[in-house]
Amino acid sequence: MAFNINDVLSDFPILSQRVNDERLAYLDNAATAQRPRQVLAALQDFYIHDNANVHRGVHTLAERATEDYEGARVKVQHFINARSSAEVIFTKGCTDALNLVAASYGEANIQAGDEIVISIMEHHSNLIPWQQLARRKHATLKYIGLTAQGQLDMAAARRQITDRTKIVAVTHASNVLGTVNPLKELAVLAHQHKAVIVGDGAQAVGHMPVDVQDLDVDFYAFSGHKMMGPMGIGVLYGKAALLRAMPPYQYGGEMIGDVHRDDSTWADIPFKFEAGTQNVAGAVGLGAAVDYLQGLGMDNIQARERELVTAVLPRLTALPYVTVYGPQDPRQHTGVLAFNLAHLHPHDVATALDMEGVAIRAGHHCAQPLMEKLGVTATARASFAFYNTREDTDQLIRAIKETKEFFNRGTI
Amino acid sequence: MGLSKLNGLYREVILDHASHPHNKGKLPTATNTMTLHNPTCGDTINLQVNVADHRIKDIAFTGEGCTISQASASMMTAAVKGKTTTAALAMAKTFSDMAIGQQHSRSDLDQLGDAQVLTSIMEFPARIKCATLAWWALQRALLKDSDEEDDNE
Repeated sequence: MAFNINDVLSDFPILSQRVNDERLAYLDNAATAQRPRQVLAALQDFYIHDNANVHRGVHTLAERATEDYEGARVKVQHFINARSSAEVIFTKGCTDALNLVAASYGEANIQAGDEIVISIMEHHSNLIPWQQLARRKHATLKYIGLTAQGQLDMAAARRQITDRTKIVAVTHASNVLGTVNPLKELAVLAHQHKAVIVGDGAQAVGHMPVDVQDLDVDFYAFSGHKMMGPMGIGVLYGKAALLRAMPPYQYGGEMIGDVHRDDSTWADIPFKFEAGTQNVAGAVGLGAAVDYLQGLGMDNIQARERELVTAVLPRLTALPYVTVYGPQDPRQHTGVLAFNLAHLHPHDVATALDMEGVAIRAGHHCAQPLMEKLGVTATARASFAFYNTREDTDQLIRAIKETKEFFNRGTI
Repeated sequence: MGLSKLNGLYREVILDHASHPHNKGKLPTATNTMTLHNPTCGDTINLQVNVADHRIKDIAFTGEGCTISQASASMMTAAVKGKTTTAALAMAKTFSDMAIGQQHSRSDLDQLGDAQVLTSIMEFPARIKCATLAWWALQRALLKDSDEEDDNE
C-alpha cells in the first residue's frame, strides 16, 4: 500500500463516528462517497473569499471566482486526459450529462430505423434517456447481454452493433455486478460501424485511472459526489468536433453569442452547454477532489480497493447461504459487491446490518432490467472505497453471520 | 446496540405472518383490485377484494417483498376481512396515522388486531413504507372509481 491509511482516515472525520452504538463501517460508496476535509475546505474557502458570479464581472472577486471555476475545469481535463479543457462540460451530475447527450446529440442525429445499443447492466440514467429517444424517433433500442460469469457478452456486442447503429452507450463499471467493461474494445467496434460511443463513468472515475483519449470514447459522463467531490456537480466529456456540431441543451444566460429579437447565436464550447449560473463552488470542490485523488495516486487507489475485495469476496462466497452476483474473481471486480442471503429480503438484511453499524444499500439499484435478468427483485450491495479497512470487511462478514442467526431464531 | 433492537421490529408474530401469510393467493371473485409498488425496493402487492353490500366478504393478496411488507399484508387482510368498507377505511387511516407517529385511542388500536404491533416500525423510518404499502393498497382498492385502471406507479 502506497499511502498511509491512518492519514487517509484522518481526512474523513465522518467515518470515525458510531451509529446505533456500533463502529460505523460505511460500505455504501457506490451510492455516494464521503468527502475529505480538503474538499470541504475548498468549498468553504470559495464562499469565504472568492464568491462571485463567473465570466460576467469585471471586479476582482468575479475574476477570482472565474479563475477558480476554470482552474477546476483544467484539473478535470488533466485527470481524465482530455485534449482540451473545452471538452469538459460541467453538469448537475452524471444523469444530467447523459441526458444532455441524448437530448442534444440524439435529437440531432437519430432517425427512424436507426439503432441505439446499450447493455442490460445499465443504470436507469444510461437507459431511460436512450429508451425515450428511441421512442420519440422510432429508432430501435438493443441490449447487449451478459455471459454466465456476469460480464458483458462481447460476442453479443459484435452481433448487436451494426451499420444501422448510431449510438452505443455502455457503463464503464457496473453499479451492481462490479464488472469493468472493455470500453476501449467497444469504442473500436462502434467506430467500425460509424457509431458514437458514450461511456457512463459514474462507478469508474475515482476508483481507477481513466484516460478518455486512450479509451477513444466520444462522450464520457461522471458524477462529482461518487469521486469524493460535492453533490450537484458532474462532468460531460465530449470530443470537441462533436460538441461543436451539437445544438444547445438548455437556453439562457452565459451560453449565447449574440441575441436578437428573432434569432440568437451560441457561445463556443464548453459554455454553449452551460446555460445559467453554474454550480461554481461544486466545480471548485470537484477540483479539490481531483487534487486529493491524484495525491494518493489512482493506481494506488485501484490497488487498495482490489486488496479489500480480495479479502472480503472469498469470505462472502464461502457462506453457504450467500449468493454473490457478478464475477467471483476479485481481479475482475471493482469495490462493488451485490449479494443476497437465502430466504431473506435485502431490505431486512440492510436494516439488520445497520443495527450492527454496517451501512449498505438494498434495492434494485436503479437497474431493474438487470434485476429481471438476474431473476431477483432486489439485492443487497456493499461497495468499498480506498478509505475502507480490513476492520470494515470483518464487520460486514460478522454482521451478515449474526443477521442470518437472528432470522433463523426469530430473536436474539 | 447490535441486533437486539431488531426484536421490536421483528417480533415473533410478525415473522410468523411473513413466513405463513394469511390470505395469500388469488381471489377469482374479486370486485376491487389494486397493484402497488414500492419503487425504492421493488416490493409489490396485488390486492384483491370481494365487496358486497359495503362489506369485505373476502380478500387476498399476491406479490413479493420484505418481511415487513409481507407480514403487513397478511395482518391487514386478516384484520379487515368481514368488516364494512367504512370500518376498513377507518382502520387504514389509523394505521397510516400511527406509522407517522400520530396518536390514536386504545379502541382504534384494538381494531387493528395483530397489525398494531407493526406500528413499532416508527423506530425504523426507512421501513415505514414497507408496512404501509398494504394499507395504501386497501384504501386505493376500496376508494377507486370502478373504471380506474390498476395503478402502476
